[in-house]
Amino acid sequence: MKPAWSVIFLTTLCGMAQGFMLALVGADLIGGGHVTPASARIFFSGGAAICVVLTALGLFASFFHLGRPERFWRSAAMWRTSWLSREVIAVPAFLGSSSFYAWAHYSGQAYAPALGVLAAACALALWVCTAMIYACLRFIREWASAYTLVNFVLLGCASGFTLAACWAAWAAPAWVPAYLAAAYLFLIVGLLVRLLMLRRNASLKPVSTLQSAIGIKNPKIQQKSMGAMGGSFNTREFFHGKSALFIKNVRWIFLVLIFPASTMLLALAEQRVSGLLLVVALLVQYAGLLAERWFFFAQANHPQNLYYQVVS
Amino acid sequence: MTQLALVIDLNVCVGCHACVTSCKQWNTSGSAGPLEDLNPYGESPSGTFFNRVQTYEVGEFPLTETVHFPKSCLHCEDPPCVPVCPTGASYKRKEDGIVLVDYDKCIGCKYCAWACPYGARELDEGRKVMTKCTLCVDRVTSTTLPEDERKPACVMACPTSARLFGDVHDENSEVSVAIRERGGYALMPEWETKPANQYLPRKITELIDEAKL
Repeated sequence: MKPAWSVIFLTTLCGMAQGFMLALVGADLIGGGHVTPASARIFFSGGAAICVVLTALGLFASFFHLGRPERFWRSAAMWRTSWLSREVIAVPAFLGSSSFYAWAHYSGQAYAPALGVLAAACALALWVCTAMIYACLRFIREWASAYTLVNFVLLGCASGFTLAACWAAWAAPAWVPAYLAAAYLFLIVGLLVRLLMLRRNASLKPVSTLQSAIGIKNPKIQQKSMGAMGGSFNTREFFHGKSALFIKNVRWIFLVLIFPASTMLLALAEQRVSGLLLVVALLVQYAGLLAERWFFFAQANHPQNLYYQVVS
Repeated sequence: MTQLALVIDLNVCVGCHACVTSCKQWNTSGSAGPLEDLNPYGESPSGTFFNRVQTYEVGEFPLTETVHFPKSCLHCEDPPCVPVCPTGASYKRKEDGIVLVDYDKCIGCKYCAWACPYGARELDEGRKVMTKCTLCVDRVTSTTLPEDERKPACVMACPTSARLFGDVHDENSEVSVAIRERGGYALMPEWETKPANQYLPRKITELIDEAKL
C-alpha cells in the first residue's frame, strides 16, 4: 500500500494522546509521591489539555485523507458495520471526555477521577476501532492479526508515557521516575511485539496467486498488459513505489529510533535530570513512530496488485 | 431474488477494448457526472474506468496462449467493500444485487477500495469520490430504451459476444446455463466474497500437428 501521511499522523498523534491519558489517569487513581494539590491541578488539567490538542491535530490530519472532507459528518452513520465509522465516533468521544477531565481538574471537581476513567475507556475503545480498521481486512494479511492492535496500544503507551515523563518534569517532577519506568517497560515489550510482528509478516505465504486471480491453473502466467499505459488509481494507491532496500532501511530506522535511541536518551535524561533531554528523547521516538507507521502501511501487500504487474 | 451479473467467455475475448471504450462513453455521459481523465493527451494519460481489459501470457513458449481478461466489479454476493463504508454510500441493491456507490454520500476515504481484493474500484480524481462498475444500472432498469438495449454498454459493444448478461439466480437464464454447462468460475474464491460475475474457461483445444497438414 502507499502510506498516506494523513493517516500516519492521525494514528501516531492520537496514539500518543491515548497513552498519555492512561498515564494521567493512572497517576490520578494511584497518586503517591509528594505532589501538592496546586501542582496536581496543573498537571492533570494541563496534561488532559495536551491530549485534546494532540488528538485534535490527528483529527485535523485525517481530513487530508478524504476526497470530500466537507462531507465528514456523514461518516458516523454506519457504526453497525464499519470500524471506520466506529472510529469516527470514538475520536470525538475521547476528545470530549478528555476535555471534561481537563475542565473537572481545573475547576477542582471531586468527580474528576471518574471522568478520567471514562476518558481512559474512550482511549482504549479508540485503539480497538483504529486497529480493527486494518485488522478486519482479512486479505491484507500483514494487518489481519491481533499484532496490529497490540502494536498500536504498546507504541501508543510508550510514546504517551514518554510524553507524561516530559510533562511531569515540568509540572510534577516527583512522578518522573515512575513514568520513565513505565515508558521503559512499554518500549521493551513494544520492541518484542514489533519484532514478533515483523517475523510473522516475513513468513506469510500469499493466499491469492496470479492463478487464483484470473482462474487459470497453469503454473506459468505472465501479465503482458494491465489495460492502462499511464497507470490508474490502482497503481497509485496500492504500490509504495520504493525499492526493497528503502523499505529495509525504514525498518532499521524505526527499530533504532524508537527502541535503543529513545530508551538511551531517556536513561541519559534521567541520569542528568534534564527535562530538555527528555523532550529530545520524545522527538526522536516520535520520528521513529512516523517511520514505523509508514512501514506498517508500505509492508501491506494488497491482492489487487496481482492484476497490476506490468505497465503497457 | 435477482442477482444480475456478467459472464465472460475467455474463449472468444479478442482483447479489442470495445467494452472498455463503450463503458467509458456511456458512463461518462450520464447524469452521475463525467469519469475524469488525467492528462488525457499527455505523455502519461490516466483516468477513471469501470472496466479494463488485461492481457496475460499463459504457459511456456512454444506452448503459450494469450489470454485477454476483461476485469470490472464482480458484484459480489457478499461484497467486502459494502460493510466497511462509513457513510453508507456503498451499498448492494436488494432488488437486483448490483453493488453501487452513492456519489452524493461518498466522502472519498478510499476504505472500500482497500477492502476490495480485486481492485475493482477507482477513485475519480476529478469528483474525488469512489466510482465503480454500475452494471449500467441506468440502462438495465430503463423503461425508455428499446428492450433489446436494456443491457450494459460493454455487453452491447462486444463484437464476439464474449460478455453474457443476466440473472445468475435464475436457473434457466443464459448466464446460469453457461456457468453450469461450461464450467464457469469465480475469481479469488479463497476470500469467499461469492462474486456474481463469473468467467468461462478456455476449452482445451488440440495442437495442430504441422506434419499432418
